[in-house]
Amino acid sequence: MSVIYILLAISIVVAVGFFIAFIMAVKNGQYDDSYTPSVRMLFEDELVKDKTDKTIQTKKNKN
Amino acid sequence: MNTKTCFHCGLDANQSVIIFDEKSFCCNGCKTVYEIFSVNNLTCYYDLQNTPGTTPKDIEGKYNFLENIKIVDQLLEFNDGDTQIITLYIPHIHCSSCIWILENLNKLNPAISSSTVNFGKKNVRVSYNSLTLSLKNLVALLSSIGYEPFISLDDYSVGKKNIDRSLIYKLGVAGFAFGNVMFLSFPEYFEVGEFWLEQFKPLFRWLMFIFSLPVVFYSAQDYFISAYKGLRSKILNIDVPIALGTSVLFVRSTTEIIFDIGSGFFDSLTGLIFFLLLGKFFQQKTYSFLSFERDYKSYFPIGITKINEGKETSIQVYDIAKGDRLLIRNEELIPVDCILINGKARIDYSFVTGESKTVSKQSGDKLFAGGKQLEGSIEVDVLKTVEQSYLTQLWSNDVFKKDKELAFTNITNRVSKRFTLAILLIAFVATTFWLITDSSKALNVFTSVLIIACPCAIALSAPFTFGNIIRILGKKKLYLKNASVIEKLAKINTIIFDKTGTITANKKTTINYEGSKLSLNEESLLKSTLRGSNHPLSRSLYNLLDENNIVCLDYFVEHLGQGIEANYQNQSLKIGSATFVGYATDTATLNTSVHVSTNNQYKGKFTFYNKYRKGLSKLFNRLKRDYDLVILSGDNAGEEANLKRILPTKTKLLFNQKPEDKLEYIKFHQSEGAHVLMIGDGLNDAGALAQSNVGIAISENVNVFSPACDAILDASKFNQLYDYIKISKNAIKIIKWSFLLSFIYNIIGLYFAVTGQLEPVVAAILMPLSSISIVAFTTITTNLLGRKLG
Repeated sequence: MSVIYILLAISIVVAVGFFIAFIMAVKNGQYDDSYTPSVRMLFEDELVKDKTDKTIQTKKNKN
Repeated sequence: MNTKTCFHCGLDANQSVIIFDEKSFCCNGCKTVYEIFSVNNLTCYYDLQNTPGTTPKDIEGKYNFLENIKIVDQLLEFNDGDTQIITLYIPHIHCSSCIWILENLNKLNPAISSSTVNFGKKNVRVSYNSLTLSLKNLVALLSSIGYEPFISLDDYSVGKKNIDRSLIYKLGVAGFAFGNVMFLSFPEYFEVGEFWLEQFKPLFRWLMFIFSLPVVFYSAQDYFISAYKGLRSKILNIDVPIALGTSVLFVRSTTEIIFDIGSGFFDSLTGLIFFLLLGKFFQQKTYSFLSFERDYKSYFPIGITKINEGKETSIQVYDIAKGDRLLIRNEELIPVDCILINGKARIDYSFVTGESKTVSKQSGDKLFAGGKQLEGSIEVDVLKTVEQSYLTQLWSNDVFKKDKELAFTNITNRVSKRFTLAILLIAFVATTFWLITDSSKALNVFTSVLIIACPCAIALSAPFTFGNIIRILGKKKLYLKNASVIEKLAKINTIIFDKTGTITANKKTTINYEGSKLSLNEESLLKSTLRGSNHPLSRSLYNLLDENNIVCLDYFVEHLGQGIEANYQNQSLKIGSATFVGYATDTATLNTSVHVSTNNQYKGKFTFYNKYRKGLSKLFNRLKRDYDLVILSGDNAGEEANLKRILPTKTKLLFNQKPEDKLEYIKFHQSEGAHVLMIGDGLNDAGALAQSNVGIAISENVNVFSPACDAILDASKFNQLYDYIKISKNAIKIIKWSFLLSFIYNIIGLYFAVTGQLEPVVAAILMPLSSISIVAFTTITTNLLGRKLG
């Protein structure tokens, strides 16, 4: 049953690990702005767009 | 013919003939923006949202002050040789396209290394290479694509702001410890007495002790500090019993595990602090895009152009000295009281008075700080420095130094006084009883009473109710500064309104015509004449007149400050002031009117009336039953008759009130026991808003500036004001009910405590149960309230 010492140690280490991760996340400002990253994420594909892209025109013409 | 709209900003593009890339644009500015985007391969800006842009403004010379190194240094967040970082506030950020284009600034200019948008705060943090791009050019680039940053005097004095995240840390620590302690105390709840569990008991208990240390000494420290402060000023606030309960919990639990008497109450202790902090966190709803602390500094420019022997230099606003000669460009704000020397001034004092009509001034006239020049550049001589100007002097009034919160005892603290005394009394009576009957139990009972009476549920009632109400009202476009505003709002008995911009809509006016009817030809001529004029009155009259044939005028002259003269095929027309059109008999009316004459024959006049907000008279009629209503206007009494007609008869009407008069009026009525709600909009109401018990600023667009206040109300919801006050009254009722509920829990707990049967497991069940049921009760009832509001 002395294995419980190891288990306890592991569980506390894991818990403390998550706790430190939380503190770091707060410190880096992750909770300061909860909206912009959700939008930014959706844009990453758009960056490599082709130069001769005429989708806007077709889209506009349809209207 | 289908109507064409500008591809960039969505404005009407029928009048213009600017076609580029098979798309129509309303102006060259929009076309340029489109060109910039298409050259830099950023056109998917337009995919994300149709017509996302705004019309770029002409900004030549406006940002010259950014050449002044001293000013730039104050604005920069980071400055190391060639890399500079600045956070700019851009009011225009409004959609996902904005985020996208602002985060791709590096494609527009390679000197920009990165840019990050904070949508909530509407700012962008840009790091750039200062050797190839100056701050002034950066700002110009942003302006040219329609994202003009707003740089005010406020940015200058603040420097770097530290974000206070301590509550999140404390909550994190408490939650972490609470979870772990809960796990560790589980075996003891069931008292299985199994051999191995008995073996590990001391280890588990000491681990719990270690986990509770940061909770007591870090997470809970605010309660101890607040209790100490309260006691020192002889107030029994709610934090006194909390601090007492926490320390008794900790000391008793520690002694229990040292002497191996029991497992202690570490689970209840950490849980209690966790729930309390959760309530605090919930109540702390903030609107990052709003500011409730604005003063004139948020409106004023940082730099201004000084003319020194024909040379223009940019200086800081604080460096302006009496006698300086300043150049005020088009669209610039006048920062000091001064005398007009050169140029034609047309000043918009809407920042100061809320009055949207512009005033024309001649050379030699006095100009007041806060006005905005609208027509070309002017030169002025400074009369007073920034701090001594007429408008800014208002802020030296004591009312801006007082903290409204300190003078206010909230509902929880009012209850807590009696509660604490009652608990102490029960504790002593029970202890005395046990000292006589069974002295071994006396100490146990004494500590148990203090532990179980720890007013967790009471302390949670208000934060959760208010937190929820703030969110509900936020959805209904009334943005509150903090929770105590709700309590103060519930106590209001007098409501004071500002007139212009508050009960009248800012941009809408109604125009009445009196006089002989104009013929069709004359009307067409009038419309054609007005078309050529940029005067605001001409613009609003032009928009009002029916569509007529626009004719090409033979002769057109605009006399500044007087009127317009036009000629078309032997027909002449004059429009403007009474004297200008040759109508002498006009008695000085208080309303703004424009007179018309054709062929030197007087025809009639157009009178401009303020348009009152929708539902105004209905709102006043609902309010009059419960409140004293007053209108304090900075304007003349021109609207008095009109107002008397639409408003309930007992409404008091006061005109020609200066900003200080408004403040003094409120102060006087407060000294007579009135609880005043002030509703205003302009900087001229700033003093009144600060002096009143609750100051609500009305705003047509919540993203633009409003003066310091307790709450900001979207103008479109003005007629709902009565419901909003009612909901805050109901919120107080909910809190009182939940107090009752928590007293019941306390009585149950006290039964166990007084009879000396309080086991850790009872406390561990009762405490979360009471807290959670209070949270559930307040959440459900406030949501029901919100639903009723519709």
